[in-house]
Amino acid sequence: MKLYKILKNTLLVLTACLVLSACATKKEVATDIQGQMQGDVYTGTDTVEYLAEGVPDRVFFATNESILTTASRETLRAQAAWMRKNPSINVVLEGHADERGTREYNLALGERRANAAKDYLMTYGISSDRITVLSYGKERPVDSGSNPLAWSKNRRSVTVKAN
Amino acid sequence: MIKKILILFFILIPISANALIEVDITRGNLNPLPLAVSPLSIDEVSRKSFEKILKKENIGSEISNIVENNLRTTGLFNPLDKKAFLQAPDIANLKPRFEDWNLIKAQALITGKVNYVDDKLRVEFRLWDILAAKEMMALAFTTVPNNWRRVGHIISDKVYERLTGEKGYFDTRIIYVSEEGPKIQRIKKLAIMDQDGANNKFLTLGNELVLTPRFNPTSQMVTYLSYFKNMPRVYLLDIETGTQEVVGDFPGMTFAPRFSPDGKKIIMSFAKDGKSDIYTMDLENRIVEKITNHPSIDTSPSYSPDGKYITFNSDRSGYQQIYVMKNDGSDVKRISFGNGLYGTPVWSPRGDLIAFTKLHKGKFYIGVMRTDGSGERLLTENYYQEAPSWSPNGRVLIFYRETKTNSKGEGFSAKLWSIDLTGYNERQIKTPTDASDPSWSSLLSN
Repeated sequence: MKLYKILKNTLLVLTACLVLSACATKKEVATDIQGQMQGDVYTGTDTVEYLAEGVPDRVFFATNESILTTASRETLRAQAAWMRKNPSINVVLEGHADERGTREYNLALGERRANAAKDYLMTYGISSDRITVLSYGKERPVDSGSNPLAWSKNRRSVTVKAN
Repeated sequence: MIKKILILFFILIPISANALIEVDITRGNLNPLPLAVSPLSIDEVSRKSFEKILKKENIGSEISNIVENNLRTTGLFNPLDKKAFLQAPDIANLKPRFEDWNLIKAQALITGKVNYVDDKLRVEFRLWDILAAKEMMALAFTTVPNNWRRVGHIISDKVYERLTGEKGYFDTRIIYVSEEGPKIQRIKKLAIMDQDGANNKFLTLGNELVLTPRFNPTSQMVTYLSYFKNMPRVYLLDIETGTQEVVGDFPGMTFAPRFSPDGKKIIMSFAKDGKSDIYTMDLENRIVEKITNHPSIDTSPSYSPDGKYITFNSDRSGYQQIYVMKNDGSDVKRISFGNGLYGTPVWSPRGDLIAFTKLHKGKFYIGVMRTDGSGERLLTENYYQEAPSWSPNGRVLIFYRETKTNSKGEGFSAKLWSIDLTGYNERQIKTPTDASDPSWSSLLSN
């Protein structure tokens, strides 16, 4: 009887350990992706280039969205400050979509994303004639992967020096 | 570039009106009609003449191979093995021994003859009903020898029409985007080929990105999107002369072009300030009209065959859905209400259906619905596929499909596929390179 109880407890503990360790492993993977994505917006820096020190060149979007996140607004404010300091520089805002949408709709979506960035730059004093918008839809991904992380890197508006 | 083709075409023997064999194409055909395509017979003088001109040893067999291949790909016919044929081609063309053809279970027989006459190719062919022991049709064509493939396609169209009661789709071409290179830096070129993949030609060099070519239903014109000088604009291309021009003078991206059914207008989207609206431009007087006016994305417009209505894609409800409106932009009605997102609506040339792409739970579908949105039917499911284009008889859809890449981002491909409206007979259309954005032409000869 006693032996049975001991065995049962041991088994329970063992099972519990197994479950816990499984959880721990899963959590680690989740944190890894979470480190690079918030919701489904990319927050990593793998693909980001810099227009100047502290001035990232791109902002990222959620699926089907063109709303600027807090981080995106911060990036664009830095870009606006840099453009004010360099009044001779003009830019092209290149809007992109991920591969999980129809080609024509994605062309329009890329245009809408680049315009969201343009509008924000304008509210920080950048004249619209210094900004050209160019949508590539899903034609120019930076990551060729077929997974949520790759798609999040591809949903972007990139500010490129035009001169 | 591609010369207009003159085919002299006359009927030898009037066709009797009473229906004989019939093939029902409205259902998925699980029992394709067994039929024998006898090689077209050819006399030795003609054979040698064509061998010299066309570098084909036996042009009669080549033409009958085209017919056989076309009929097989419909899934409606089962061309029998030539080795089983008991009667010689020349004699069969004069008078088939019906009991011999019956023995190998053929229900229909195609015979014919090729001659070299005054530097021209003369082809006659006959379609026979084996069970009724009767001739169903007899026709003859005379044309320049270089048109031999088209003769095969025209024979196929005539046989298809006689046996199914509907126009065929073999004497047609497909314009598409040829793709090469890594996924993050694809090189894209306009390309054109016959419906069966023969005569592939590239129309642009790949220096600029090109997308979504579409045929004019009434001429050899094509409209497409080009990133020439990094300015995405709708272009008009004459594939006979190679001349091209920008459509309209828009201060921004124009895209998603299509012709009106009479070929006189181009309908497309113009994107400005984050909004995309639908516009038309009359190709004769260059007058531009704004058709939709909404802060949403309105794109992928397609006319009904009578030109009175337009179906299009809009996210005005918050997500991509399909709408129908009158051709002046009034009376806008949403027609897609199923679960998921809907895009790329295309009106069937028969007028009764709209084909679309649907995205639901991470899968892409090609489907059709009635023009009021009822009767949604999904024909095929895959990781990624979109952009259906109708065969001119409205019985087959061609579209493109992309593969999922592996964990290293490798293994990407894009291919053309077709499927019958019935949901049967899904097959890949072979292309020399990867391919996307197919558009089917009208019948070249009528």
